[in-house]
Amino acid sequence: MNIPTNLKYTKTDEWFNPDTGAMGLSDYAQGQLSDIVFIEIIVSTGETVAPGKPIASVESVKAAAETYASVSGKVVAVNEDLSGNPEILNTDPYVKGWMVKVEGGQASGLMDAAAYTKYCEERAH
Amino acid sequence: MTYIPHSPKERDAMLAVIGVKSLEDLFKDIPAKHRYPSLDLPPALTEMEAAAELGELSTSNENIQTDLVSFLGAGAYNHYIPAAVDHILRRGEFYTAYTPYQPEISQGTLQGIFEYQSLICALTGMEVSNASHYDGATAVAEAANMAYAQFRGKRGRVVISPTVHPQYRATMRTYVQGMGLELAGDDPNANLDAGPEALESLIDDNTALVIVQYPDFFGRVYDLSKLIEIAHGKGALVCMTVNPTALGLLKTPGEMGADIVVGEGQPLGIPLSFGGPYLGFFTTRKQYIHKMAGRLAGETVDNRGQRAFVLTLTAREQHIKRERAISNICSNEGLMALAAALYLSLLGQTGLRQVAELCYHKAHYAAEKISKVKGFSLCFDVPFFHEFSVYCPRPVAEINDHLLEHGILGGYDLGQDYPALKDHMLVAVTEMNTRDEIDALVDILAEGNHD
Repeated sequence: MNIPTNLKYTKTDEWFNPDTGAMGLSDYAQGQLSDIVFIEIIVSTGETVAPGKPIASVESVKAAAETYASVSGKVVAVNEDLSGNPEILNTDPYVKGWMVKVEGGQASGLMDAAAYTKYCEERAH
Repeated sequence: MTYIPHSPKERDAMLAVIGVKSLEDLFKDIPAKHRYPSLDLPPALTEMEAAAELGELSTSNENIQTDLVSFLGAGAYNHYIPAAVDHILRRGEFYTAYTPYQPEISQGTLQGIFEYQSLICALTGMEVSNASHYDGATAVAEAANMAYAQFRGKRGRVVISPTVHPQYRATMRTYVQGMGLELAGDDPNANLDAGPEALESLIDDNTALVIVQYPDFFGRVYDLSKLIEIAHGKGALVCMTVNPTALGLLKTPGEMGADIVVGEGQPLGIPLSFGGPYLGFFTTRKQYIHKMAGRLAGETVDNRGQRAFVLTLTAREQHIKRERAISNICSNEGLMALAAALYLSLLGQTGLRQVAELCYHKAHYAAEKISKVKGFSLCFDVPFFHEFSVYCPRPVAEINDHLLEHGILGGYDLGQDYPALKDHMLVAVTEMNTRDEIDALVDILAEGNHD
């Protein structure tokens, strides 16, 4: 499982990059969902998001899930490439698979890579 | 499959687990006097007696196979059904229309749905079809659900033409209540002489969907391309509810640019059957596939590389998405969809066109003759398909009573839905109506003038 150390994580398996303001779905989450066939970002540039607010709807061959904002902030960019290529979420969830970028996002309260790794391992049992 | 009910022992075990002494205890919240009311039924009949009684009751029905000649349409049409439709349909393998979630045992049903979807797409000129809905009215309502979801609830208006079937509009009113959708244009007192351009002023930036019927409820055919262009200019989607028989002859909704095309599939090999079961078909463009209600059969390959069929994109559906699903109805009319697929396959493109042309020409012959009867006149001067509105010199109910005495089921009384069309009859003519029957209709209408 790929859990980059420069990112912060939520208990609902989203990641946040404090350097770029990007957020998305973790490698663990995409693995659980299996082949992703549809993604719809449901927020637009200029909107304000907050933890717990859905930013995207994701469907795989066996499940459907919401992705929630990992931090608060104003949306400054939305990844338009995802809707036409939902498989990006499976192959590259952390770089090409970013969903939205926000400004002013604070990572405090999120898990670091070590804590998230432990959290994922616990659920594996 | 043998039906094996629970044994008393199993029942006692279940009651013990939930801590109840007897089955009756489960109903103790219902007042005792309402639990087993006396029904005052006559003594039970034997099977022979019941069959005789029901047989006798059924002779009171008059049907259009043996008793009546029909000029009644208004959404349900009398067409010839090739014998092979029923023969194939009644095979035991197709009888269980239950959801084919297990592809390894459901290839026949799944292929049937897949073929149905492909044929409906070809007919409408659209890219995707679902596995069907209950009927035309519910298919129209699902279009509103879909548009609402497409705009994530941010557009709150649905514009519907007053010339959409009155019962479909009633179903729409039921669906939109509680959704926060405003229904515009649903006005039986609107100017019915106006063409589709009358809807243009109702379409605004808050409009999610524009719904029009083609041919409209009065049988009229308009090119809707311009209206669709204007709706798209406002960012709205357009749903056309269509008569599938007419599409054998007319420009397809796909060519006109419609985003959603739905309709009543009954004319495609499904008997009138006193109103049901019928078939709602639903098609859209590929880009909206994830917002489409209902289930979808797709073609794939199995683990040996052989062509196979499965239900696909099921994560859209309510058994996975629960309260976030776009629609909470994903049942399909499996057997009726199969009937439509068989009908379309047996007729082919040429056959369907022939049916449509017969309907068109016979209806125009009838309209021409009726308009020459003293007191009767055609209501609209617009091209029509196989149905037309006629102004009558007497109340429609009176005329229909007179026709019925001669074994003719007259047209639909438009006054019951449109106050301005009091004394107007909607007459439908299909390939089933012979020239003699049409001439007889005209003679009886003329005869009524002298009664």
